[in-house]
Amino acid sequence: MTLDNTQTSPVGEKTVDEIVNRFSITVATVNGSGSQTSNLTLMRALFKMGIPVSGKNIFPSNIQGLPTWYTIRVNDEGYLARCEDQEIVVAMNPATFIKDTEGLVQGGVLFYDDSIKSPISRQDIHAYPMPVKQMVRDSGAPANIRDYLANMVYVGIVANILGIEMDSIYQALEFHFKGKQKPIDLNWTMVKNAYDWASSSLQKSDPYRIRRSNKTAGYIMADGNTAAALGALYGGLQFAAWYPITPATSLAETLNEYIPVFRKDPVTGKNTCVILQAEDELAAIGMVVGAGWSGLRAMTSTSGPGFSLMVEYVGLAYFSEVPVVIWDIQRIGPSTGLPTRTAQGDLTLAYHMGHGDVKHILLFPGSVTECFEFAWKAFDIAERIQTPVIVLSDLDFGMNQWMTKPFEYPDQPMDRGKVLWEEEFKQMGEKWGRYVDIDGDGITYRTLPGNKMPNAAYFARGTGHNELAQYSEDPVDWENNLLRLGRKIDSHVSLLPKPLIRSVKEANISVISYGSTDLAIEEALVALSQQGYTIDHLRIRSLPVAPEVMEFVRLHERNYVIELNRDGQLHQILRTEIPDSSMKLLSLSHLDGLPLTAAWVVSHLVANEEKFK
Amino acid sequence: MTDQLAQTPRAQANLVGLTKNDYRGNPSSLCQGCGHNSISSQIIAACYELNLLPENLIKFSGIGCSSKSPFYFLNRSFGFNGLHGRMPSLATGAMFGNITLKGIGLSGDGDTASIGMGQFKHIVRRNVPMVYIVENNGVYGLTKGQFSATADEGLELKKQGTNPYLPVDIACEALVGHATFVARSFAGDPKQVKELIKAALSHNGIAVLDIISPCVTFNNQDTTSHSYSWGKEHEVALHDLSYVPPAEEIMIDYEDGQIKEVTRHDGSMIILKKLDRDYDPTNRAEAFRVLEESNKDCCLITGLIYINQAPPTLFDLYNLPDEPLNRLTEERLRPPRETIDKVNSLMF
Repeated sequence: MTLDNTQTSPVGEKTVDEIVNRFSITVATVNGSGSQTSNLTLMRALFKMGIPVSGKNIFPSNIQGLPTWYTIRVNDEGYLARCEDQEIVVAMNPATFIKDTEGLVQGGVLFYDDSIKSPISRQDIHAYPMPVKQMVRDSGAPANIRDYLANMVYVGIVANILGIEMDSIYQALEFHFKGKQKPIDLNWTMVKNAYDWASSSLQKSDPYRIRRSNKTAGYIMADGNTAAALGALYGGLQFAAWYPITPATSLAETLNEYIPVFRKDPVTGKNTCVILQAEDELAAIGMVVGAGWSGLRAMTSTSGPGFSLMVEYVGLAYFSEVPVVIWDIQRIGPSTGLPTRTAQGDLTLAYHMGHGDVKHILLFPGSVTECFEFAWKAFDIAERIQTPVIVLSDLDFGMNQWMTKPFEYPDQPMDRGKVLWEEEFKQMGEKWGRYVDIDGDGITYRTLPGNKMPNAAYFARGTGHNELAQYSEDPVDWENNLLRLGRKIDSHVSLLPKPLIRSVKEANISVISYGSTDLAIEEALVALSQQGYTIDHLRIRSLPVAPEVMEFVRLHERNYVIELNRDGQLHQILRTEIPDSSMKLLSLSHLDGLPLTAAWVVSHLVANEEKFK
Repeated sequence: MTDQLAQTPRAQANLVGLTKNDYRGNPSSLCQGCGHNSISSQIIAACYELNLLPENLIKFSGIGCSSKSPFYFLNRSFGFNGLHGRMPSLATGAMFGNITLKGIGLSGDGDTASIGMGQFKHIVRRNVPMVYIVENNGVYGLTKGQFSATADEGLELKKQGTNPYLPVDIACEALVGHATFVARSFAGDPKQVKELIKAALSHNGIAVLDIISPCVTFNNQDTTSHSYSWGKEHEVALHDLSYVPPAEEIMIDYEDGQIKEVTRHDGSMIILKKLDRDYDPTNRAEAFRVLEESNKDCCLITGLIYINQAPPTLFDLYNLPDEPLNRLTEERLRPPRETIDKVNSLMF
């Protein structure tokens, strides 16, 4: 409320209990106006104040001009999934003003750019005007940065009204601008001016408050793509090829940024990792397969459309037994789909990527910290089993900031698998052939280009081959080889990340999930248990299906498989691979392109359970 | 044309102690008389005569008759037969494993000029240091005789009718793409093929060899520009080319003004003996001109069309250790434990 506003607030005079550290703020802006800096600043300041916080960027596939929303959720109990309730809205976009206002909860708060001329339709909210244009003009800033500074106005005013500490805002700006004083000062001045203006011109009438807490100690804020890139560098990544695609681009860009920092050879000071922007995804995967074959830890990162272009080479890598790691940062499809929205829709494609008989190893990180961990682990698995490993992340992990546990140094030495250099090759003697199963575990010994032994070379190929890697159309060779490939993966499922199971006593229903939905599901399970439901939870972290998953499914009468796609792709896989329990598996699928909410899980699960009462 | 199947008369060792047999591959399963077999023989001969260790070579191919041929030479070299049109990406990635190995890529006109045009242009643009041979016969052999992108306009094939399109000129595409070594040859001129392969192997950059290699089964009519008889009648060599390895004496007799020497970074030399014209292969505009002219005059210009030794290779752009990347061990690949705190402090 402005002090000179004669209109009294409809709710202002009532004494309302304070609502502390438990609400969400949605900032509605125009894409390309530079609001991301302001939103990250608010979010990081909250984190610095010790308050658990998350940020979800709901943005259009557009460079400039379309509406975009950023939702910051603060929650002292640590529930940080997306939530639909909007307690506070910062309205900077005239085009969505009416809708944004209507979306507020009763008693909610509206901060709005006072140049927006639409009338405020709600009487049951607290409204604070912000003289954005005036303040930017008064700042005397050059025209080219005025849009960016405009967004700092709401940072200052929101900070003032909610009680976000200015020191924390300054620290967030320092971090964002990597200590560069000029932009820090420019933005800080605007935040400070806006804050001071609010002190003298606005009177707080709403109940929402931020209060310093201590719940973020032992956590960091990071996104999944950064985590994956760093994890890969700690996994000894040596070759990455990629092609720009939202939402995977930042993974490769992070590699670019950190290779010179973390991957200087301690012996020569030179780089031990190569990154190459290919002409398309067909070439990116081709390069990676070549590099993997020649003994490098090789990886590519992409999203749906690019991922589908990689099918043929991944099939060849499976058949010619080349270790590679592929990160699919899933977005919603088919086709271009909604490029800036999240989904878990590539599961079916990934699992059988190739043609003919193919079944791949898939990993599903369930947190940003796991993105780091699985990034290094993926190489050990790929090189041990000599096969592609596909890691399925998504846009929500890849591009949003998450409060997460710090990254941990790998707790196992690298596993380079069965590789024979000259000495080992000599010891192996006459027994060796590229595809001779000497150990009987389906995994054969490979030699690498540059091996100086005259008989160490072999000709890798996608055509039928015998144990000596020679062309063969013999039906027995074909069959033996394909059966060995299947056995090789199935008998090493124990090397993959095991499912995480949370059991409650005597639960006969369960939720099965994977990936980025975990926070929403955790929150929902607490709410459901308060409603009297007893539910177990299993989070799948890899495929093929582990024995623990089979056992878990069999133990429950009803297992709800919750995932972000239409057809219940994991549900289908589980039904196929646990056929005796097929009827115990039910699909709850969410497919609107937005991250899952606890409210959705609760309502859908309850609605389904009603049918069984 | 299948002389690799024949026994070497005497097993004479070269300077690295290997006989020609050490450079051979498996018996060819291509047709008798296929131009590709002749090229395989010249690759074997060139590597043998250059005293290269097969272990220091690495072979790549895409899909098609041409792409089968790496199996028919250099059995002691690693090789990877990749996907149709996508040998360039495979080779690019693989060669980073050990950048001291010399790459030989084998492709065809379908593999390079149709499905693989994009990857071909990009490996050229990146100047990946390897030999890129196109065994160009103007026809799809393995699928039994369809037009390829280099087929002559008006070519008639049994089941296909008449080809309505103008052909792609692979040497010209390489040149447009800033290839640093572009040559054209003819499988029916084995001596020139061999000398060009030697020169290409000593080139530090992409070396594109567009070799007309007749398909005796589907496209060897006298009238087609991809046939033996047409090639023999219409070949116009730009020069008489010979390759002289480093530290070897030049044994060619010549008169003043009759030869041009191209000295290489490794000390080797390409000697170009003048035939009926002056030709300077370091002049890109001139290279375009002779290619255009040969198309207009319906002749098969062969020889070294263009060479530029100055541009950096792809590998020069990366600050890599001398030791092969694929031999680096964990201590050099995984950052030390104490750095993990720095990583976490880089987050917020």
